[in-house]
Amino acid sequence: MSSAENATQGRIDIDGLHIHLGQDKQRFETLQDVSVSARPGEFICVLGPSGCGKSTLLGAIAGHLLPSGGSIRIDGQPVQGPHPDRGLVFQQHTLFPWQKVLDNVAFGLKMKGIARTERRTRARELLKLVGLEGFENSYPSQLSGGMQQRVEIARVLINHPRVMLMDEPFGALDAQTRLKMQELLLDVWARIKTTIVFITHDIDEALFLADRILIMSPRPGRIIDEIALDFARPRHAGLVTSGEFVRLKRHCLDLLHPQAKVVPLARLSPLGAASARQFQFAI
Amino acid sequence: MTSSTLPTANQPNLRRLGRLLLRMASVIACVLAWQWASSAHLNLGLVTFHNVPSPKDVLLAAGALIQSPKLVTHLTASIARVFSGFAAATVIGIALGLVIGRSRWLEDVLLPPLEVLRPIPAVAWIPLAILMFPSSELSMVFITFIGALFPILLNTIHGVEGVDARLIASARSLGSGRRAVFTEVILPAAAPSIVTGLSIGMGTAWFCLVTAEMISGQFGIGYYTWASYTVQNYPEIIVGMLFIGVFGMGSSALVKKTGNALMPWYFMQRRKS
Repeated sequence: MSSAENATQGRIDIDGLHIHLGQDKQRFETLQDVSVSARPGEFICVLGPSGCGKSTLLGAIAGHLLPSGGSIRIDGQPVQGPHPDRGLVFQQHTLFPWQKVLDNVAFGLKMKGIARTERRTRARELLKLVGLEGFENSYPSQLSGGMQQRVEIARVLINHPRVMLMDEPFGALDAQTRLKMQELLLDVWARIKTTIVFITHDIDEALFLADRILIMSPRPGRIIDEIALDFARPRHAGLVTSGEFVRLKRHCLDLLHPQAKVVPLARLSPLGAASARQFQFAI
Repeated sequence: MTSSTLPTANQPNLRRLGRLLLRMASVIACVLAWQWASSAHLNLGLVTFHNVPSPKDVLLAAGALIQSPKLVTHLTASIARVFSGFAAATVIGIALGLVIGRSRWLEDVLLPPLEVLRPIPAVAWIPLAILMFPSSELSMVFITFIGALFPILLNTIHGVEGVDARLIASARSLGSGRRAVFTEVILPAAAPSIVTGLSIGMGTAWFCLVTAEMISGQFGIGYYTWASYTVQNYPEIIVGMLFIGVFGMGSSALVKKTGNALMPWYFMQRRKS
């Protein structure tokens, strides 16, 4: 089975986490008393309605958002700001448009001061891992959405992160590509020992990928249920039609779409609430 | 290319040639209209061409200037001034723009005085420029610097403020410190906007040349224009104006071309969207 099971690093301990976003009158609580742990190499999916604070949780683990209470520890070390040990993948890729694919992937190594030839060699290996050989010298804008996300994943993995944080990484892709990407991710994860926290609002996706699903309530977000999945790995697309899969899907649907009317909330990002900084003068 | 099998394959080239011819025809038509208006002493009441030199007079004056040994001296003096002022404005404008765009505190400290200085026309700076700088050469460079500074500064600020916050967050998650975020993300992300500023700034530096060279007593294509005015050599004025226009256009295009060559990714991206 997956080598992820004997991973030794990447334990996450979140204890009594509270997060507020916005300022002054617009301040609101996005996360309320969230406590959760992940063992090294575990694949966790977080499901929840839009605006419930899933992405906020991710941003806090990444170190981009400050908790107003509680603590987050990775392998016992408290989170203090962003770190290459905790790689972040956004829904829309954040590749640098001015760098070729190879240099984008090698970026983390450049930040570590590794020499150009070595980092390029290692970036090539990572590109091979995500099935993008031959695209080293393309610019990100020349790739399709799925390929851009593969580069993004390779760019994060080159740092050997203890934790990979993914914010609806396949949410913007078409259904066909999404399925392919899910299989690719499981394949990559089986080879690279890393804990994954994967945010999604797609129940099928969560059931297909995760070792464990956390279900969050509408804002302020709390964890209202936890589902351990013991489907055998490696998993294949046929899984989604199995009886147990369908039963669990119904359970998730009941939790996520209760009969009571839910007011839809604005999307949040791992970097907090949207705030438009205005340009103050005309040119 | 699969399109080469189509009968329309040669059309882009033909269309480009057609546009080029149209543009040239437009310039020629303008010159002909000018020739006619000046030779007919056209008087429209509000505006009169009675004393306007004809293209023929201008051509003769231009011929005289081109044959005179002074032309090279005029041009090198002007180009040196414009490029020195532009270079200083590039360094200072981009540096100030980067820090103002990144820091709210520095924006509050630095931007208000700059905003007060911005609307002051170059010609108003002449007395102060003469007072402040030991040589007239430096005062002239200062005037072209003032001309180029603000477009470069404002476009840099605009570019920096427009950088996608997610790119910065990603870079930090990949291990970038403050300095690396600046050099690896903010500068390249703001580069297209900075290049636009540089191209406009190059144009405005030339724009201020006549003003700058009012200070000069000897050389420069702006000085030549201004001196021709003081002795009422009308065709020469127009020759000077045209030289400034052509060189300003050429050096702006040079800045844009250089920028484009340095940012192949940017045009790839734009062509796609």
